[in-house]
Amino acid sequence: MFTSIKRILKSGWLSFSRDGGLAAATCFIMVMTIFLTTSLFLSRDVGQFLISTIQEKADISVYFKEGAPEEDILKVKEEISEIPEVKSVKYVSKSEALESFVQRHKDDPVLMESLEEVGGNPFLAALNIRSFEASQYQAVANFLDDTLSSSLKDLVEKVDYYQRKPVIERIFALTSGMGKAGISLSIVLAIVAILVAFNTIRLAILNQKEEIKVQRLVGASNWFIRGPFLVQGAISGIFATIICLLIFTLICWFLSPKIEILFSGLNVWRYFTGNFFTIILIQLVTGIGLGVISSTIAIRKYLKV
Amino acid sequence: MVKLQAVTKIFLPNILALENVSFEIKPKEFVSIAGKSGAGKTTLLRILLVEEKPTKGRIFFDGQDLSKIELARLPQLRRKIGAVFQDYKLLPSKTTYENIAYVMEVIGATEEEIARDVNQVLEIVGLERRTKNFPAELSAGERQRAAIARALIHRPDVILADEPTGNLDPYNALDIIRLLLKIHELGTTVILATHNKEIINSLGKRVITLEEGRVIRDEERGRFVF
Repeated sequence: MFTSIKRILKSGWLSFSRDGGLAAATCFIMVMTIFLTTSLFLSRDVGQFLISTIQEKADISVYFKEGAPEEDILKVKEEISEIPEVKSVKYVSKSEALESFVQRHKDDPVLMESLEEVGGNPFLAALNIRSFEASQYQAVANFLDDTLSSSLKDLVEKVDYYQRKPVIERIFALTSGMGKAGISLSIVLAIVAILVAFNTIRLAILNQKEEIKVQRLVGASNWFIRGPFLVQGAISGIFATIICLLIFTLICWFLSPKIEILFSGLNVWRYFTGNFFTIILIQLVTGIGLGVISSTIAIRKYLKV
Repeated sequence: MVKLQAVTKIFLPNILALENVSFEIKPKEFVSIAGKSGAGKTTLLRILLVEEKPTKGRIFFDGQDLSKIELARLPQLRRKIGAVFQDYKLLPSKTTYENIAYVMEVIGATEEEIARDVNQVLEIVGLERRTKNFPAELSAGERQRAAIARALIHRPDVILADEPTGNLDPYNALDIIRLLLKIHELGTTVILATHNKEIINSLGKRVITLEEGRVIRDEERGRFVF
C-alpha cells in the first residue's frame, strides 16, 4: 500500500516535471481561476466596507432653535433613543458644530472669512439620528412629526430628512443593487473560470488517452493509472496557488497606500494579511480541488478499456 | 490454456471480422496465426486481451470465460499475459527502464526485485545501454526489443505478439523472432500473429491460418500457404 502510494506520487511528479509545456499551460489557467476566486473574495469584503461606509453617512438631523435648553434637547435624545428602529442618536452642541466646521474647513480661506463676517456662532445644536436600515428612516421621521406636533414643537427649528430623503433612498437602492450585482457577477465568473480550467485539464488528458490505454493493457489497476494524474493535477494546483499568492502579495503591498488615499480607512494590505490563512485556504482548495476533480472526470471514460 | 468456441465478431454496421472461430492452445505451445491483412488476426488477439468482446461465442483463458469477465478483474487477467504490438505501444513519457519497470510496479514487486529483473531482461534483449533513453530516442528494432522486454519481465503465462516484425528490417525481424523462440524455450506459451511468409516457414511450429475471418487451416508443423 505504502509502496503503491510512493510510486503514484513519484510517477505524478515525473509526469508533471517532464511535460513542462503542458504543466505550464495548466498552471497558467489555474492561476487565472485562483486569481479570480481570490479577487471575488477580496472584492466582496472591500465592497461591503464601501457600502457600510456610504450607509454610515446617511442620517436624519434634527436642528434645535437658538437658545433651546440643553436639558430639553437631551430629553428629546432619550425619547428618540427608545424608538426600536433607531440605531444611535448623537448630540452635537452649538460649539461642537462650530469646532467641527472650523476643523473641516480651516484650509479654506473663503469659508473662514465668511464665518468671521457672520460673527459669533451661527450653528444650531442638533441630534443626528441613525436607523438600522434605510426603510426605517420614514418611521423615525413619522415619530418625530408626532412628537413635534405636541410638546416639543417649539424647540425644533427643522428636521433635515425630507430634503435628504431622495439621496438617502438612492444610496440604499444603489448599495443593495451593488451587492446583488456583485453576487451574480461572482457566480458567473466562478462558473466560467471552473469550466475553462476543467476543459484545459481535460484536453491535457485527452493527449494521454493512448498512454492510459497501454497502461490498462499491461494490467495496471484503475487507481494505479488515475493516481499519477490526480497527483499531477494537485501539483499544478499547488504551484498555481504559490504563484497567485505571490501576485496578490505584491499587488496588495504596492496598491494598498494608493487605495487608502482614495477610500479613507480602507487598508487592503491589512485586510490581506489579516485574512492570509483564509486566502491560502481558498486558493489551495480552488487549485487542488479543480485539478483533482477535473482529472477524475476526464480520466474516467478512458479507463473503460 | 486458451480455448475459443465458435467465436464471431461483427463490427458495426456490418463488418464480419471473425466467423465461427474455434481452436485450443495448450500450455507451452508456440502458435502462429497466419493470414493476409484484414483476415482477422489482430481482432483475434484483441479479443484474447479483452480489448474487444466477441459478438458470439466464448473464450476461455485458464478455464475463465473471458466473454463474461468484469472490468474490475481485467488487470489481474492481463498480468498473466504479455503483449507485443506492431506499433510497440511503449509509454512515451517514460524511459526504457521505466517502461519495463512499470509492469513490475503494477504487480507490486519490490524495488530490489525491479532493479534486479529489469537489468537482467534489458541485458537479454540487448538494451543495457539504452536504459535512460525515451522511446522516441530508440530505433524501431530497439523499441520492439524494449516492448518484448516489457512483455516478458513479469514472467507471464502467455505472450501475444501482433505483427511484432511488421515495422522492422529483416535483420531486426530475425532478432525478434529469435527472442520469442528463446522465451518459448523457457516455458512460456507464445501466440504470434504475422503475415510474414519467411518467418512462418522458418519456425516449423503450429500454424492457424485465417481467411476473411474464418479458420481455413490448422496444422501442427504448418507452412504459409495461400
